[in-house]
Amino acid sequence: MSEVTRFTHGSRIPGWDQSTDPSKPAAAIPDPATTTVPEELRAAIEAEIAKYPERRSALIPALHHAQEHHGWCSPEAIEQVACVMRLTPGEVAAVVTFYDMFESKPVGKNTIYVCTNISCSLNGGDRILAAMRDAAGDDPDFNIRGFECLGACDMAPMASINGEYVGPLTDEDCNQVIAQLTAGETPLPAKQLSLRPCADAAGRTGGDGQ
Amino acid sequence: MSAILFDRIDEPGLATIDVYTRRGGYSALKKALAMPREAIIEELKVSGLRGRGGAGFSMGTKASFIPGAEIDKYLVCNADESEPGTFKDRELMQKKPHQLIEGMIISAYAVGANRSFIYIRGEYVLQAEMLERAIAEAKQAGHLGENIHGSGFSLDLVLQRGAGAYICGEETGLLDSLEGKRGNPRLKPPFPANEGLYKGPTLINNVETLATVPPIIEMGGAEYAKLGVENSAGTKLVSVSGNVQRPGNYEIELGISSREIIFGLAGGPEAGRSVKLWFPGGSSSPVLTADDLDLPYDFDSLAKAGSMLGSGAIIVVDDSVRVVDVALKLASFYRHESCGKCTPCREGTNWTVNMLERVQSGEATPMDLDIIASVQEQIIGNCLCVLGDAMAMPVGSLVAKFRPEFEAHIEAARERNGLGASQPAVEQPVLTI
Ligand SMILES: Cc1cc2nc3c(=O)[nH]c(=O)nc-3n(C[C@H](O)[C@H](O)[C@H](O)COP(=O)(O)O)c2cc1C
Ligand code: FES
Repeated sequence: MSEVTRFTHGSRIPGWDQSTDPSKPAAAIPDPATTTVPEELRAAIEAEIAKYPERRSALIPALHHAQEHHGWCSPEAIEQVACVMRLTPGEVAAVVTFYDMFESKPVGKNTIYVCTNISCSLNGGDRILAAMRDAAGDDPDFNIRGFECLGACDMAPMASINGEYVGPLTDEDCNQVIAQLTAGETPLPAKQLSLRPCADAAGRTGGDGQ
Repeated sequence: MSAILFDRIDEPGLATIDVYTRRGGYSALKKALAMPREAIIEELKVSGLRGRGGAGFSMGTKASFIPGAEIDKYLVCNADESEPGTFKDRELMQKKPHQLIEGMIISAYAVGANRSFIYIRGEYVLQAEMLERAIAEAKQAGHLGENIHGSGFSLDLVLQRGAGAYICGEETGLLDSLEGKRGNPRLKPPFPANEGLYKGPTLINNVETLATVPPIIEMGGAEYAKLGVENSAGTKLVSVSGNVQRPGNYEIELGISSREIIFGLAGGPEAGRSVKLWFPGGSSSPVLTADDLDLPYDFDSLAKAGSMLGSGAIIVVDDSVRVVDVALKLASFYRHESCGKCTPCREGTNWTVNMLERVQSGEATPMDLDIIASVQEQIIGNCLCVLGDAMAMPVGSLVAKFRPEFEAHIEAARERNGLGASQPAVEQPVLTI
């Protein structure tokens, strides 16, 4: 089972079961004169806007920047992005809630996605997720999520640790990951994807690879 | 067979423009810029290259659908790679980013697109970095930008990172995402070739498809077409994973036996285990069994066997795994990834998961299997995009091919729960409306 927050009805429509106040008018585009946006965030978003023929295309890159800045897509972050993008907070929030990588609740600073999709689970992915959660305990610095296939089934069971792919993982590795992150070290440097040779080149003798 | 895409793949520095150029990189671009645009599209058609992202549509034919008029046209590279089991584009982007960029420039030139985009899944951080660096190098070298090598052709290339949504691999969901919206698929037609990004004609191709363009220009379409078998020209990257001893990406000539890939290259299941079932083209492809291992691995042979080549991701499941767990894992994925826009997919994936949970926990009777099967039938062909079908096909095939195991599971679970034997299965699904 996927561990990413689901909205009861199996679709990406959050809030369908929450009440709203229809007497409240929808929020308008935030006024640049009264909305404070951190200078580097504004500059980063404007640089993204400049890349596209239509400014709205920069919304997802803008949200990546905002999440990096604020740690999550907080109402404040959404307000700031909406202000620079010239969209309403509602339009921005609708995009935030569609994408799994955008956090709409506050989370720990270390984000770990443990893959629990088919090839990883055939190799113990669900067990690794449990082990990772056990290792982290209730430390609020860790945001541990079960995730869909991360596109690295060759190193199953695997995880993405603050964006770095590592695998194949053992239960013991999970304790190490948590200890290394807590100590501010690089997690499992020897198991990083960047070190992995291509199976094709490695497997053929006298063939095309090295 | 000599490697076309994985040639020298692990050579240190191949991701840099210096080494790539020293190994003959960007010479296909120079050759292409001296050719008339129609001649390039003709080479692509002659090569027989079919899309490597899942649907297997002829690349040259798709390119020829782009109108010739002098209007804003776009090229989009689909680097979302989220089909479970698929990880081939990752290796190409990380280790040979320039081959993709070169293929994109040639393709954009062929269809007259002046703006191009790579939409890469947000989780691929390292690969996005490698591409950003390569794009900067290519700009520096004059392969991108204004008036490329004096040809009068200009091209801009922007990399966009997604943010975690399988549906953004579907081409029109991708376009909406690239426009800064929720990645909901669009109704087709109009097809992107007529009305795509910003309502302009848009050519969308997979990473592997585009990275194959430079070798085709280099060797000529006719030469490329000699590789592989009829209707399945060339080489293909296959990602093999699951219960195999040497999981990974392999470049194969289309038409070799599936057994050769699963056992010869990937080592097969570990000693003492055997293949129970396998997905030949990603988790969306109907499953095949051990009886199908000698099928030639090509588009037509797999289609004839009732499945498909899809993205080229082979997932092997051995005899230690319960088929009910596989079905539930699959269905849960598609439920999670359904965008919610159309009813058969949103409701169908949800109810399939609910019913499979009943089967797993032992509340079900064999009649539930009939209902599951009929729900899958009602999803197929009735959705806005094929995400719903992508669940219905493999789940339907699992229930059809492993029905006795599902039934045995149900009976055993009922017994465990003290529910007693179930009623005999009904012949007809009760839910025929
Ligand atoms: C639900 C769904 C997910 C898809 N995911 C991908 C993907 O991750 N990468 C990809 O290249 N194509 C994906 N496709 C296929 C694309 O819609 C499209 O056919 C493809 O990008 C075309 O490129 P090609 O002709 O080079 O294969 C997906 C299709 C569907 C329906
Ligand atoms: S199934 Fe885990 S990375 Fe693909």
